[in-house]
Amino acid sequence: MSNSLRVRIEISDGASIPDPKDRRLITAWSISFAGAILALVLLCVFREDPFWLMLQFISDGVVVTFEITILAILVSIPLGLITGLGRLSGIRAFNLLASTYVEVIRGIPLLVQLFFLYYGLGKFFGLGGIPAAVIAMSFCYGAYMGEVFRAGISAVPKGQSEAARSLGFNKAQTLLMVIMPQAWRTILPPIGNEFIAMLKDTSLVSILAVADILRRGTEYAGRYFNYFETYTLIALVYLIITLLLSKGVSFMEARLNYYER
Amino acid sequence: MSANQPIISVRKAYKFYGQLSALSDVSLDIFSGEKVVIIGPSGSGKSTLLRSINRLETIDMGNIIVDGVDINEPGVNINTIRQELGMVFQNFNLFPHKTVLENLTMAPITLRKISGAEATGMALELLQKVNISDKAAAYPSTLSGGQQQRVAIARALAMSPKIMLFDEPTSALDPEMIGEVLDVMVNLAREGMTMVCVTHEMGFAREVADRMIFMDKGEILEEGRPAHFFDNPRHPRLQKFLKQIL
Ligand SMILES: Nc1ncnc2c1ncn2[C@@H]1O[C@H](COP(=O)(O)OP(=O)(O)OP(=O)(O)O)[C@@H](O)[C@H]1O
Ligand SMILES: [Mg+2]
Repeated sequence: MSNSLRVRIEISDGASIPDPKDRRLITAWSISFAGAILALVLLCVFREDPFWLMLQFISDGVVVTFEITILAILVSIPLGLITGLGRLSGIRAFNLLASTYVEVIRGIPLLVQLFFLYYGLGKFFGLGGIPAAVIAMSFCYGAYMGEVFRAGISAVPKGQSEAARSLGFNKAQTLLMVIMPQAWRTILPPIGNEFIAMLKDTSLVSILAVADILRRGTEYAGRYFNYFETYTLIALVYLIITLLLSKGVSFMEARLNYYER
Repeated sequence: MSANQPIISVRKAYKFYGQLSALSDVSLDIFSGEKVVIIGPSGSGKSTLLRSINRLETIDMGNIIVDGVDINEPGVNINTIRQELGMVFQNFNLFPHKTVLENLTMAPITLRKISGAEATGMALELLQKVNISDKAAAYPSTLSGGQQQRVAIARALAMSPKIMLFDEPTSALDPEMIGEVLDVMVNLAREGMTMVCVTHEMGFAREVADRMIFMDKGEILEEGRPAHFFDNPRHPRLQKFLKQIL
């Protein structure tokens, strides 16, 4: 269990986070980013039709993709924190609840969860595509983030909470003022990875008739039958977004390391 | 409270880890202003005893009374009791994400509800006292071990505790830094602080201790003034232990 967790933190299916200390100009990140931007610009300038028109057409899809991702992350971070605390808690009921949640969610593919919520439950509760997507993604990623929070919190040396408690801080103050500010450094990079993976996974919701990037692209392609061009552009747009996000995570990571020598 | 009532009273304390008894029928009274030094071989229960006094460990039987309060009674607010018990650890345990000054001011501002300016003033005085004023704005990772431990002592003092507990404060330090930390502790003792120290610095013990305690296998085997302790140890295991470390 703890072994597989350690691997999860180091290796992820998301875009790799650039090393903030890497000051070299030519890196995997810069090659990919420059290449993607260049390809996008050249295509839009020299083949305005269909690429520039297509980009305008899918732009509201970009907004929807971000909307779902941001809402889902806002829900899944507190859910992950609570789950992680539950997994570390000595209170058996809390611990069991959190562990069961993680176990169940991790055993069901996200796409199946989406279908279950949208077609299964959604029909009873009149759940729209976007709310269903946000709920499914939040619960799914909340479980993964629970593991990240758990690992990050337990990576803070025990002496830190003992020092805080011995000064008279209560449990909540210790968590907020001493443990979490240190745990963020371990938690943030994998959370950033989850965020990026989540953004990519939102493409699954195009199946639920949610007009995200992929869905808008598919609509466009269906209208003009230029599948190759459309999916080339879609791939470039996703790539540029995830590369930008991974750079952002890398900057944040560097800022969080301010107190290291 | 009457003056001759102990400020810490450990009564018939037991602590078990499975089969192993880390504390076994330990009774100990410590009076205000007293300096008590605890020695004993590794695993003898010294840390367990010290950590039971501020309830970082809970004993399985017996009572521990601190400043008139039985700390293991249900309903006791341990956080307010801990504010009176400063603790210094072997590994310093400074908060790495806070500057030296913030390490000192965080607890008084949050828990004693004093103003930032007042806390800063007091913290700077304490840093002067432990000889490290020039490092107020530094982060702990940039300090040497000896400097970190002096900051850790100042951090505990910033809460104005009635009692200071030290758990082998110099054993993680390079030899050349031990002296600077012991100097701070000697000064603190001279000012009349009540101190309970687990340490193997026998020079310090001789100079400062009012009373020495020898523990082995979870029990207190001998107690006495340093002179008696070092020159006429009675218990064979204490004799053996002293031979090993001196
Ligand atoms: N959390 C724990 N779980 C199991 N056993 C423990 C635990 N903490 C301490 N012990 C055991 O209790 C006994 C007393 O430990 P303690 O740390 O109090 O000894 P000590 O006198 O401080 O030793 P040292 O000089 O090595 O610090 C030891 O045998 C130790 O292995
Ligand atoms: Mg010890």
